[in-house]
Amino acid sequence: MTDRPHPILIIVAALVYVFLMVPLVIVVGAALSDTTYLTFPPQGLSLRWFTNIFEISAFRRTIVTSLQIAFLGTFLALVIGIPAAYALNRYRVELPRWLGTLFVLPILVPEIVFGFALLKSLTVGAGVPIFVALLIGHTLLVLPYVVRVISASLASFDFSIEEAAISLGSAPLKTFFTIVLPNVRAGMIAAFILAFITSLNDVSVSLFLTGPGISTLPIQILAHVEQFFDPTVASVSVLLMFLTVAVMAVVERTLGLTFLAK
Amino acid sequence: MTQPLDINAVSAHYGTTKVLEDLSLSVQAGELVSLLGASGCGKTTTLRLIAGFLTPSSGSIRLGGRDLTQLPPHRRDIGLVFQNYALFPHLSVLDNVSFGLKQRGVPPAERRKRAMGMLERVGLAPLADRAPGALSGGQKQRVALARALVIEPPLLMFDEPLSNLDAKLRVDMRVEIRELQRANGTTSVYVTHDQEEAFSISDRVAIMNAGRLMQFDRPETLYRQPANTFVARFVGFENIVPFKVVARDAEVVTAETSGMRIRLSQTAYGPIPDTFLLASRPDGLQVTTDLSAKGLPATLGLRTYLGRAYQYQCETAAGHLVANGSLTAPLESGTQVRLVPAPEQSCILATEGGR
Ligand SMILES: Nc1ncnc2c1ncn2[C@@H]1O[C@H](COP(=O)(O)OP(=O)(O)OP(=O)(O)O)[C@@H](O)[C@H]1O
Ligand SMILES: [Mg+2]
Repeated sequence: MTDRPHPILIIVAALVYVFLMVPLVIVVGAALSDTTYLTFPPQGLSLRWFTNIFEISAFRRTIVTSLQIAFLGTFLALVIGIPAAYALNRYRVELPRWLGTLFVLPILVPEIVFGFALLKSLTVGAGVPIFVALLIGHTLLVLPYVVRVISASLASFDFSIEEAAISLGSAPLKTFFTIVLPNVRAGMIAAFILAFITSLNDVSVSLFLTGPGISTLPIQILAHVEQFFDPTVASVSVLLMFLTVAVMAVVERTLGLTFLAK
Repeated sequence: MTQPLDINAVSAHYGTTKVLEDLSLSVQAGELVSLLGASGCGKTTTLRLIAGFLTPSSGSIRLGGRDLTQLPPHRRDIGLVFQNYALFPHLSVLDNVSFGLKQRGVPPAERRKRAMGMLERVGLAPLADRAPGALSGGQKQRVALARALVIEPPLLMFDEPLSNLDAKLRVDMRVEIRELQRANGTTSVYVTHDQEEAFSISDRVAIMNAGRLMQFDRPETLYRQPANTFVARFVGFENIVPFKVVARDAEVVTAETSGMRIRLSQTAYGPIPDTFLLASRPDGLQVTTDLSAKGLPATLGLRTYLGRAYQYQCETAAGHLVANGSLTAPLESGTQVRLVPAPEQSCILATEGGR
């Protein structure tokens, strides 16, 4: 026996990679094509479809809206989700079991149903402005992920550490920021990235909540492909991918560094 | 700096279950008191009440002149040492130790100086810049000790601080803790379920059972003169037999149980009431084959080897007893003997209600 992996294992792994990478290669290739229609392999190389994105005002506006919604929604979900996850773990014994389940329920509801329900209650029912409704919708959409991920990293946190800090004279709220948060940093980064990507790529909930004048990027892509078959959608997809990766990198850096500096 | 602690008639509940009942305990300034008892008897609960993480349902707690009962835990100024160390994983050893000074607004240079000084005292100055994760269990507990001591708290509390360490280190560390505590004269409450540990480092020991205080005394008193059968069993008086006095002749008392008679001297045992319990350690029942001796008739059962003695399971008219016999003359199962109580390893207890 050697510790070389079995040939079949290598082949399967390679196939999985190909399966995962091929769509990306095709999208990037199509985005770079010089033709006026979507094609692969690209014929001629050009960046004109990337510049085209910014010439279409609907794309410019929806990119901004999508980023705003994703940032604000993720931020709000963290603001609500971190204390919720903290309370669920800190008072696990005292709190009823179903309370934790409550935060997972939105994942179980089909997003289409969730979006429709929000439309009925927020936009139609309460007359909430479109942007605010979108923000609320996305916050609720990503909240379960935030609570789950933060809970997972709090599960291994020893709360007697918190009590040690309090006994040394640190007020409870301050202790939460100086002792608890730094120790769930990894969970916060993961939760941020997961929530941000989920929000940025969401179609089902946004489909119902967008309205006249305000839309998100994925919805705009849908609207675009209904009318045009040019490589713009491919280049927008590539742009979306880069945005996501950039945000991940920035979050990793800033959250990582500011907490390490303390 | 050193202050007395007064726990006055404190009760505590978790939900509707009562876990502490009417507990009163006074710890003098500079004294080290251990709370000793089986798992679940309420030792940690008592510490959490004093630290303020739990609110008593009745009663009050005072430290020095202050009433702690209404004070939030971060204003109580109590040093805590936990079983699992509870060091801050994201801070260096030095920052762990200076944490409490930082909360008290001590300037950085002074903070560093005092924290380093304390690390020196626990022998960890060279490891000041390490992360807690890179320390051994004993080193972690020293850091925890330094972190609690450096704020010079009027009260120091330990919750089974040594139970995650190996046996040898446990003994070394308890001496170290005692020396530091003595040197600083800090009033201390120490929780353990290890009797030897409690007796060896404490000025006084509080023995608890099911949320109640059973006896609070110096170790020597607990060991020789337990106040009740619970404490007696706890400190090794395994044989407890009820007796009735049938005759008094000057200071010698003749007492009877299940038709068996023994004679006890009040000069050796102290005053003996008309009904009492005789409690004896296995070493306190001398096994003799001289059947004319004034003792309890018994039939020997299983013999086990203890190293320093043989231990016999004995059947008597008053029930099952355990006695230790000499190594020189091992006796066979079935032998008829007399068990003679020895006053040094026996004591007289008052009869308890319902017996
Ligand atoms: N959070 C809680 N909710 C309900 N009951 C609890 C809680 N914490 C402790 N108890 C109960 O209170 C009683 C006393 O617990 P405590 O932790 O004070 O025991 P202990 O003497 O410290 O035991 P050990 O030696 O095992 O640490 C136990 O019966 C325990 O089951
Ligand atoms: Mg305990």
